[in-house]
Amino acid sequence: MAQSREEVIETMKDVLASELGVEADKVTADARFKEDLDADSLDLVEVVLALEEKFGIEISDDQIAGVKTVGEAADLVISKQTAVG
Amino acid sequence: MQRVVVTGLGAVTPVGVGAKAYWEAITAGQSGVGPLTLVDPEPVPSKVAAECLEFDPTASLGPKEARRLDRSTQFALVAAQEAWEESGIEGGVDKDETGVVFATGIGGISSLLASDAVMREKGPNRVSPFTVPQLMPNAAAGQIAMKLGLRGPNFCTTTACAASNHALGLAFQAIRHGEATAMIAGGSESAFVQVALIAFGQMTALATKFNDRPTEASRPFDALRNGFVMGEGAGALILEEREHALARGAPVHAEVVGFGQSADAFHVTAPSEDGSGAALAMRRALRSAGLAPEDVGYINAHGTSTPAGDVSETKAIRLAFGDHADRLAVSSTKSMIGHLFGAAGAVEGIATVLAVRDGVLPPTINQTDPDPACDLDYIPNQARKDQVDAAMSNGFGFGGHNAVVVFRRHQA
Repeated sequence: MAQSREEVIETMKDVLASELGVEADKVTADARFKEDLDADSLDLVEVVLALEEKFGIEISDDQIAGVKTVGEAADLVISKQTAVG
Repeated sequence: MQRVVVTGLGAVTPVGVGAKAYWEAITAGQSGVGPLTLVDPEPVPSKVAAECLEFDPTASLGPKEARRLDRSTQFALVAAQEAWEESGIEGGVDKDETGVVFATGIGGISSLLASDAVMREKGPNRVSPFTVPQLMPNAAAGQIAMKLGLRGPNFCTTTACAASNHALGLAFQAIRHGEATAMIAGGSESAFVQVALIAFGQMTALATKFNDRPTEASRPFDALRNGFVMGEGAGALILEEREHALARGAPVHAEVVGFGQSADAFHVTAPSEDGSGAALAMRRALRSAGLAPEDVGYINAHGTSTPAGDVSETKAIRLAFGDHADRLAVSSTKSMIGHLFGAAGAVEGIATVLAVRDGVLPPTINQTDPDPACDLDYIPNQARKDQVDAAMSNGFGFGGHNAVVVFRRHQA
C-alpha cells in the first residue's frame, strides 16, 4: 500500500542519515542532495540502492537523473509504489 | 642532493593505535597476536592473527567517510593524519610540493569480495558504486592527498611485502633529488578474508602449530617457527627536506640516508637460498647512504618466521656485512605484530627510526629454542638499550623483490 509523502520522507530520514551521515533534521522535503546534504554522484547511487531496498522498488538511472531534492525523491518512490501496488 | 629527515610518525597496529602506543608495546615485548576473529576461522588452518582490535573507524573518520573506505584505507588515513599532525607541518609547507607514496600488498580485497557476495545474493543492481574506489590499490595514496590537499608526486607501490619499503625509498629519492619538499610515505594492509588465509595456508606459509597459544605463534629465527602470522595495520612517516624541517623548527626523529633495491630473479615465493638477492639490496642501501658495514648497529629484519625465509635472511646479512654481522643487533618486530604485508616496511621503519632516536632496540620475542642455521644476535625476548648511529630496515616480497632503507641518528 502506498504511503503518504510525509511517511516516505520520515523513512528517508533514517536511510539518508545512515547513508550520508547527515543529521536527520536536515533531511527535509526541500533539502537538495548535492548542496544541502553534501552528496556526490556516488553517494546518490548508494542512496538509490538503499531506497530500492527499503521500499522494495526499482528505480532506473534515467528516472533518478532529474531528482535534486528529498521531496522529489519521495515523489518518485510514491509513484513506484503506486505502480507496483 | 638534499638531505631527508623524518618529522612525523603515525601507526595503526595490532599492539595499539598511534605511534607512541606501538613503540611502548614493542619495546615492552608485548604480543599483538590473538585468536583469529575477523573471519570465520573454521576452514582456516592457521587460527591466529594480529588484528587491530582497538581501531574504531567511525570514531576516527566519522560514519560517512568510514563507510566509503576499505578497512585498509581507513588505517592509512588515520596513520597519515597522525603523522601529519605530529610533524606540525600544516601551514608550514607548500602543499603543491608535498606528495604521497603509499603501499599495499593486496589492496581492498575485502571490499571486492563483499560486493561480489552482494552481486550473487541480491543481483547486479545492488552492487555498491564505491566498490572500485575501495578495491583499487592506489586508494590510500589518493585519499590521503584529497584529505590533506597535497598536490605533489602521488602513487602507490605494490611489491607485496616489500611494498612500503619501496614507498619509503622512492619518497626519500623524490626529496633527495629535489622533486618534492615533503612526502608522506607508508603503507597499509587489511586482507582478512577467508580465501586469503586459506590460499596462504595452501602455500604452507602460515603458522599452524600454535592455534592454542597465539602469542607464541610468531617466532622468527627460533627453531620451532613454522610460518608467519597474518597481521593488519598501517604506518605513515613524514619525510621532509632537512633544511626545510630545521627552518620551521620541526621535531626530527631521524635522518633517512640510504635506499637499496634488487630482485632475486629466482622463485616467485621462495627466497634465494644463499641470500644473495637480499644481500645485493643491503649493499646498495649502504652505498646509497655512503656508509660502511661497520657503521650500522641495528637491523630490523624482514624475519617473517617462515622456516626458509629466516635462514635466507641470516645468510644475506652475513653476505652483506661480512665479519661485522657478528657485532650487529638484529630483531624481527613481526614476532609481536605479525606480518603486515604491504604495511610491514612502514610500521617496521617507524620502529627503526625510534630505535636510533631513543637508543632502545626492540626485541625478537618467543626465542626459546635456538636454530643453528640462524646464528646472529636477534635481541632475544627483551629490548636492549644501545645507542646505535645507523640502522637498516629490510623488506622482501613474493616475486623476489628486495627493498632496504637506512636511517641514521639525527645530529643537529
